[in-house]
Amino acid sequence: MDLQFLDFEQPIAELEAKIDELRFVGNDSEINISEEVERLKNKSDALTRSIFSKLTAWQVAQLARHPLRPYTADYLRKLSPDFQELHGDRMYADDPAIIAGIGRLDGRSIMFIGHQKGRDTKERVRRNYGMAKPEGYRKAQRLMRLAEKFSLPVVTFIDTPGAYPGLGAEERGQSEAIASSLYLMAGLRTPIISVVIGEGGSGGALAIGVGDRLLMLEYSIYSVISPEGCASILWKSAEKAADAAEAMRITANSLNEFGLIDEVLPEPLGAAHRDPGAVVEVLRNALLKHLDDLDKLDLDQLLEERQRRLASFGQYKET
Amino acid sequence: MMRPMSWFEKLMPSRISTEKRTRSVPEGVWIKCTKCDAQLYRTELERNLNVCPKCDYHMRIGARTRLDYFLDADSQQEIAANLEPMDPLRFRDSKKYRERISLAQKKTGEKDAMIACSGTLLGQAVVACAFEFGFMGGSMGSVVGERFARAARHCADNKVPLILFSASGGARMQEALFSLLQMAKTSAVLAMLGNLKIPFVSVLTDPTTGGVSASLAMLGDVNIAEPQALIGFAGPRVIEQTVGQKLPPGFQRSEFLLDHGAIDMIVDRRKMRDVVADVIAKFEHRPKPSA
Repeated sequence: MDLQFLDFEQPIAELEAKIDELRFVGNDSEINISEEVERLKNKSDALTRSIFSKLTAWQVAQLARHPLRPYTADYLRKLSPDFQELHGDRMYADDPAIIAGIGRLDGRSIMFIGHQKGRDTKERVRRNYGMAKPEGYRKAQRLMRLAEKFSLPVVTFIDTPGAYPGLGAEERGQSEAIASSLYLMAGLRTPIISVVIGEGGSGGALAIGVGDRLLMLEYSIYSVISPEGCASILWKSAEKAADAAEAMRITANSLNEFGLIDEVLPEPLGAAHRDPGAVVEVLRNALLKHLDDLDKLDLDQLLEERQRRLASFGQYKET
Repeated sequence: MMRPMSWFEKLMPSRISTEKRTRSVPEGVWIKCTKCDAQLYRTELERNLNVCPKCDYHMRIGARTRLDYFLDADSQQEIAANLEPMDPLRFRDSKKYRERISLAQKKTGEKDAMIACSGTLLGQAVVACAFEFGFMGGSMGSVVGERFARAARHCADNKVPLILFSASGGARMQEALFSLLQMAKTSAVLAMLGNLKIPFVSVLTDPTTGGVSASLAMLGDVNIAEPQALIGFAGPRVIEQTVGQKLPPGFQRSEFLLDHGAIDMIVDRRKMRDVVADVIAKFEHRPKPSA
């Protein structure tokens, strides 16, 4: 399989290429090369471990945007095989940049909502690179109200560069769509768990990310503006994106140190795309654990704790 | 760019200002309207609430001035004035965030980009908040979020309406995710206020974009804009870069938002007190307040 190695993974890529060559030769001949393959495999794993133990924020951003990284639909297929997608905002359109619908997680009914990026060019364009328009957020709102009505917990998967900055989006009230999503989620009378699975880009990410728990996959990012956007404004050059990524502390581990998220969900060696099945199990266990915790609260307590949690965001001095 | 003058404009007496461009005037006494270029006498302009008497252009004003214009004289009591920004990320770009804070504080005389005041409006108790655009572009960080939250809680405790004047480029990058989460925090406190059925009037002024427009500013029970204010989610430059085309004139201005159903009305600054006071009075089943 072509793992589409990133620049900083090149030493790993070279080793893996060697392993593939050996396997190819091995299939063709009588020589036993399994020991050599095993040795190289261990070396590759050790190298991966070492490279991944000291990733920069910018490298994590590249992993979060990796072309092979599993997307919402990939996780849903495994987590909830009977997921039924529901479409449309009932006002204007169905936005393919957000998928949403009803499913089950270990027998529990759940409303799933997530950004959806495309895998190939055609799909990317159709999904608008995971950048939702107002109709996407309004669809999400409609289905959150539906979840509230039938007491389904809401689970959201965040993976977007940001809300779409286009003419039509502005005409149809992108600001209002995001703002009213935040407002709705703050008071929705059912548990809400959000997981950043890739890119958490600004208001477009937060618009489905307000609730009772915020979890992040280990190599996902969450920031107020893209590193490129921040760099072009503050450094006057998008080339400084790596510096901006570092300065904004966008990685799951950094944000966890600041107490801004509830849990970092570990990814397999070499990140999620190397072993999506393992991530599915991590997600399943984490979601079930947090759902169980939230079940212990009655709705009034749940809403009170949510208000307290949202009110606690921020650091300031009182003089 | 030269604009051909119509014969009508040439005859208009109020625009006898064709020689204005070359004349230099002492700083501070005369102010040039940024829209119509008319030379305006400062005191006259201030009497007119910084609205150009010639063309009605609404100039940008600071948060203190805004609240002075809006609330009854001598009624103001500041809320959460003792909050000051921190630098949780030790953020540094070409300059340290700490330096940017102290520069902005010196420039504006404010601790951060929002002021919250309780006071009276035509005799009725209210709380009014205003963004200070001069403070790092009115950007929303932790102090802005917390001041707004405390202002809203003051409203909840005392059962008084809340009014917000926005002027902001959005969330403050230097506080990164802390800033983004202020969008959730301010929206949540408005949801709490909504449950208590306390009126919240949002007045959007030039300019209101980004995370501020996409949270507290768009959540008014009634959304009001000043004329010709730039209001939108993405800034015009970002949109032009994304879609690769020039934006039509008037795009993302108040009049455009009214046409597209995003705001309830456009109100002249000089009528703002009366209009807001009456909106609130109607929600509270009171007779029309008199000035």
